[in-house]
Amino acid sequence: MAVAISASQRKFERVNEIIQKHNGKKSALIAILQEIQEEYRYLPEEILTYVATAMDLSPATVFGVATFYAQFSLEPKGKYIIKVCDGTACHVRGSGPLYKSIRKKVGLQDGKFTTEDMNFTVETVSCLGACGLAPVVTINEKVYGQMTPEGIEIIIEKLMGKEDNQ
Amino acid sequence: MANKEILICTGTGCLSSGAEDIEARLVELLKQHDLEKEYPVKEVIKKTGCLGPCSLGPTMIIMPEKTFYGRLQVSDVEIIVEEHLMKGEVVSSLLTEDSHHHPIEDYTQIDFMKGQMRIALRNTGLLDPNSINDYIAKDGYKALHKVLTEMSQEQVIEEIKTSQLRGRGGAGFPTGLKWEFTRKAVGDQKYVVCNADEGDPGAFMDRSILEGDPHSIIEAMTIAGYSVGAGQGYVYVRAEYPLAVKNLSLAIEDARLAGYLGEDIFNTGFKFDLEIRVGAGAFVCGEETALIASIEGERGQPRPKPPFPANSGLWGKPTLINNVETYANIVPIILQGSSWFNSIGTETSKGTKVFAIAGDVNQTGLIEVPMGTTLREIIFDIAGGIPGGREFKAAQTGGPSGGTIPPEYLDLPIDYESLKKIGAIVGSGGLIVMDDRSCMVDVARYFLDFTQDESCGKCIPCRIGTKRMLEILERITIGEGQSGDIDRLISLGNTIKETSLCGLGQTAPNPVLSTLQFFRDEYETHINEKNCPARHCKALVGSYTIDPEKCVGCGLCAKKCPVEAIKGEKKQPYKINSDKCTVCGVCVTTCPVDAIS
Repeated sequence: MAVAISASQRKFERVNEIIQKHNGKKSALIAILQEIQEEYRYLPEEILTYVATAMDLSPATVFGVATFYAQFSLEPKGKYIIKVCDGTACHVRGSGPLYKSIRKKVGLQDGKFTTEDMNFTVETVSCLGACGLAPVVTINEKVYGQMTPEGIEIIIEKLMGKEDNQ
Repeated sequence: MANKEILICTGTGCLSSGAEDIEARLVELLKQHDLEKEYPVKEVIKKTGCLGPCSLGPTMIIMPEKTFYGRLQVSDVEIIVEEHLMKGEVVSSLLTEDSHHHPIEDYTQIDFMKGQMRIALRNTGLLDPNSINDYIAKDGYKALHKVLTEMSQEQVIEEIKTSQLRGRGGAGFPTGLKWEFTRKAVGDQKYVVCNADEGDPGAFMDRSILEGDPHSIIEAMTIAGYSVGAGQGYVYVRAEYPLAVKNLSLAIEDARLAGYLGEDIFNTGFKFDLEIRVGAGAFVCGEETALIASIEGERGQPRPKPPFPANSGLWGKPTLINNVETYANIVPIILQGSSWFNSIGTETSKGTKVFAIAGDVNQTGLIEVPMGTTLREIIFDIAGGIPGGREFKAAQTGGPSGGTIPPEYLDLPIDYESLKKIGAIVGSGGLIVMDDRSCMVDVARYFLDFTQDESCGKCIPCRIGTKRMLEILERITIGEGQSGDIDRLISLGNTIKETSLCGLGQTAPNPVLSTLQFFRDEYETHINEKNCPARHCKALVGSYTIDPEKCVGCGLCAKKCPVEAIKGEKKQPYKINSDKCTVCGVCVTTCPVDAIS
């Protein structure tokens, strides 16, 4: 009798591929988690547990690594990830007000980092190394230098318009 | 080969200023004007790494005449093609002016470049990082050949020792000694690691070197591998630097194909290979033992020293760890000799140092100067001074591990020892310039907030101590400072320095102790008078007001205000609604006539 592949098995298929690509080596755990996060946009809890079992590690080891590094997120992120650089140069050139105005523009409540429609995640990030253009904001991979609250609002409005049209 | 080259800077800075649009327009115009024969796009246009003068971006250099065009707009490209390329006439309106408003054509002669001496940055901005042939054309892999065919391991190490090169990542440990320790360590397997986890906010020289001249690091690491007896190397790069990872990966592949990495390099039987490990966002991983833990796939927490990595590093094996900029000095030392290198610099600090200059200066970017150059030369001669004729208040060096330098030390020759004496450090080379609007208590709070957040939590002094320091600094900046707070900060700071496990904790109090040393009165004003002299700390400033005498009614402030707290009529004095004002300071920086305080 043919066994139907369940949705959850299919879900782990890609994870298996990633682990196998790195030969399941423990030293590749960070790289494996990075690739999984690229695939799922965050690290779902059940996948972390699965990784631990598949790599013969304790769940504590895997969760320990996943929670240590700022790059990993255990919560889903928005379609557009807006990162406001808070390096020193950006800080002295006004990254604080910039961050506030972006949060306000996308309508984030206190304590939240992702909008309810899952379109925007707003976070600060340590120095992006583009200090000459402070303050710097990145949206997904694109870098915007010498940003002003006014300028970033126009960019966000465009993105919002794009989403509304879809 | 065409003798002309058009270099377009595509470092992260220039990319965000629109370098790609400039390039696309250039390609389009060369086609339109039928110039492709004379200027075959693939050979002539070189997308280079970062040249340095970020605030002049996007930039273009036309070789061989070295003409430098900066702050380009897409519409400027047409003029350059029609005048410069077709008629051979320099477009003087697009040249950069020096401090006397004379247009300067040669890129090496613009103010920003003139005072520099580029060793580590010798190639960045001048070659295509994705072309191994470009690197070879600039004597690339010659040093590796020399080392493998003419020099013994001891001779290479002796050369590095004699050069007196010291680690450029911050601590300034003699590089040659590190190599010697690793070479002498007993072990069947050894490793070479490049620390490219450039986490200091405000420093970006490692990014620029990896993005703009990746082969120089591959070559230097291979030389290091030969010298210490290692067959495998790792480059640990920050995740925040995707372009550096991309360019380095490609360079490693090309080097393998060309036989500069892998088995039997130059038919000498020596084998060496490199792998990239991408960090995942943890400042503490810049500390060498934490970096090792991270490469091993663990939480990036530091380990006690000794044993030092030279004896017991990656997987317990002898490991040589150097910073990117340190490696970038190796090839020139091998090719030009240690006596050339140690003739540059000061008594104790030889060679040059790359600084990332940013903050309140006219020209921001990357510069490389001989050790012993003064802050005044860097800030005023090279970087063009403070914008808007404001006053220089302080320079912050060494990021969260460093200190703040007040105006009275502007003429101090900078080297490892001189800065240490005044409570600052060269560090990795971040140099943030601040004018009179920066509050020193807030700067200290900013850095403590950073180190507190990045503390890995392994040792108590750093985990809890930095938290207590941050709490004190926070209450001072919101007007709740108590008498005795300054003494508490000093006592906590000294304890944390003495008792923390790794460099992060041992240096975390520096920004506080250093600002206390030079700007103690500013702390006192915050605590005793509940006032922020720099008008920066929001809780103490109350609300901003516009001086009706000075206001020209341009309306810029109202336009920029994120909370619409400013109202007024054009050409009449504007007013700030103090109930709405969040004291963010945008209007203060916007006002062209300095009417808001």
